[in-house]
Amino acid sequence: MSATLAKGLNSFKEVIDAPIASFFSSCVHCGLCAEACLFYTETGDAQFTPIHKLEPLRRVWREEYTLLGKLGKLLGLSKPLTDAELTEWEPLVYDSCTLCGRCAMVCPVGNDLTYMIRKLREGMSSSGHAPEDLIGATTRSITIGSPMGIKWPAVLAQIKHVQAETGIEVPVERAGADYLVLMSSMEIINFPEYLSALSRIFKQAGVTWTLASDAFEATNSGIQIGASDLAREIVSRIVVAAERLKVKCVISPECGHAFTALRWEGPNLMGKPFGFEVKHILEVLDELHKAGKLKTKGKDKRPLTYHDPCQIARRGGVVEQPRRLLSEVAADFREMPDAGVMNWCCGGGGGVSANSRAEPLRLQVFKHKITQIEATGVQTLITACANCRIVMEEGLEHYHMNIEVIGLTELLAEYLVEDNAP
Amino acid sequence: MNHLHLLTFARGSALNWALMLCVAGIVLRLFEIFGLGRKTDLAKPRINSPGSGWHTIFSRSLPPQGMLKREPVTYIGGYVFHLGLLTAILFFAPHIELIRSMTRLGWPSLPSPLVDASVVASIIALGVLLAHRLNNPVKRLLSGLCDYLAWTATLLPLLTGYMAYHHLFIEYTLMLALHIFSVDLLLVLLPFTKLFHTFSVFISRWYNGDIFGRKGVAS
Ligand code: SF4
Ligand code: SF4
Repeated sequence: MSATLAKGLNSFKEVIDAPIASFFSSCVHCGLCAEACLFYTETGDAQFTPIHKLEPLRRVWREEYTLLGKLGKLLGLSKPLTDAELTEWEPLVYDSCTLCGRCAMVCPVGNDLTYMIRKLREGMSSSGHAPEDLIGATTRSITIGSPMGIKWPAVLAQIKHVQAETGIEVPVERAGADYLVLMSSMEIINFPEYLSALSRIFKQAGVTWTLASDAFEATNSGIQIGASDLAREIVSRIVVAAERLKVKCVISPECGHAFTALRWEGPNLMGKPFGFEVKHILEVLDELHKAGKLKTKGKDKRPLTYHDPCQIARRGGVVEQPRRLLSEVAADFREMPDAGVMNWCCGGGGGVSANSRAEPLRLQVFKHKITQIEATGVQTLITACANCRIVMEEGLEHYHMNIEVIGLTELLAEYLVEDNAP
Repeated sequence: MNHLHLLTFARGSALNWALMLCVAGIVLRLFEIFGLGRKTDLAKPRINSPGSGWHTIFSRSLPPQGMLKREPVTYIGGYVFHLGLLTAILFFAPHIELIRSMTRLGWPSLPSPLVDASVVASIIALGVLLAHRLNNPVKRLLSGLCDYLAWTATLLPLLTGYMAYHHLFIEYTLMLALHIFSVDLLLVLLPFTKLFHTFSVFISRWYNGDIFGRKGVAS
């Protein structure tokens, strides 16, 4: 057995805890989880059944942590996992799972399959079975500071651009601010509107905020690939900056997985609770709106629908906030079928969009989103995750659909009441 | 050994041994699960709701939005089978008598024809679910020898109980003995096959509800 395989098998063993053991013990092989997973529903291919993706972890659990499994191993009835088997499983674990959490909502015995797949990836990556693109993104995050290789000067350039456009100063390294604002690479490269919308909204709300030059990137490839040590390093940059600048709250941007990484995994990776709060931008905007600090005027007449990013709604608990905010600025808001916590994934979360090998499959499963959008009859789609946004833009273009995708923060800023607008 | 001896053995030593193995197996399996422990979640929960695990234990008994339509056979078959089996185990007068003799606990029974009907429904549901398992590509992929063993071990007590009640095919005492043997077998297999979900389902659903509940989502 190679050293990396041994390392991988060891991390499989390490990640198995009481919940995972109870999940494997309870599975009745009913197959219902497949019916919740868009990789199965859109392809009809049984290998995409969520519990099937977990077969390597199940085998380790059985052989290491159950009496019958141990006996079987002793008698030579079951064999340890091999590199060849893990290689075969790699596309199931990475290309066909966005960690969307839908299967975990339907399994009749309550298995949180998403939690398990996230853990399974720890063993896959340490045994050297992660997709090349994700390895590249994680390496860039560690060495350069961002999965897409963006450095601070690129952010500075965007700051200058936003300042020129809005006439509002974008604060950098301001100690004692209320909020530390993070962004995702995707926003920095593709959606500069986000930063300009935030500047205007925060100025109007009268809150103080700041960017940090050494912690501007919110996304965490370490989590997506399943390397907790690297994920910890990426999170720690944010923690160090937040503590240095003594902010009360860190705002996770319009990005789903970044929120999960920082809000739910962050303290566990660091081994201690945070001394500051972590909120998704939609939570902050909703609070400002409730406090009367975010006023809007007029409503968008276009029929609109909202795509719930999985990590923000189902795995994040932010469901009502976007609807309250939308009701302020949308005259004709329409819900998609299955909206809210049962929404269907865009198909690109959990590292899938960063994995070029998965692209054909991702585009195939995107058809489900199209069905959902078509049911509403709208031409404008609102969301709150830059990754969902780019994935949906690509998908819509691929299927020649003329539908515009807009970030919710940006939409709100369009209707913002400003005292001294430039 | 005549039929009566066989019956005495089935509901005497055999049942005792089966029960002991079953209880020991359950305790072992629970140790295997809880012995692994769980790290404290250091992320501040969105809402402090210690009840969310308990909530999911109940709420997960209902099909989530849109699922009944996607998989009617699994859901309806599953309900009919489980309810029929529970009715037969818990509300058939002779079963209550047996439990009373062993534990002094008792409760009112349901009329036998009603229990009989629920057993028939349960057997039919098991048949339909097996056919579905063999035909549905997902279920077929997930199924192994253990699944078919668990299916058989669950069917046998229902079938033999039905035949004993109706005095079908073979002599009543022998059929009753076979019925109790099949229950003995079921008890022994329970902790070591997927039938263990009878117990672990409460644990896994609780964890699911707790994980989602901390994030402010009712699962
Ligand atoms: S839905 Fe749950 S019980 Fe059914 S096969 Fe999937 S993991 Fe197992
Ligand atoms: S988390 Fe989502 S994508 Fe992954 S297996 Fe479950 S339903 Fe499928």
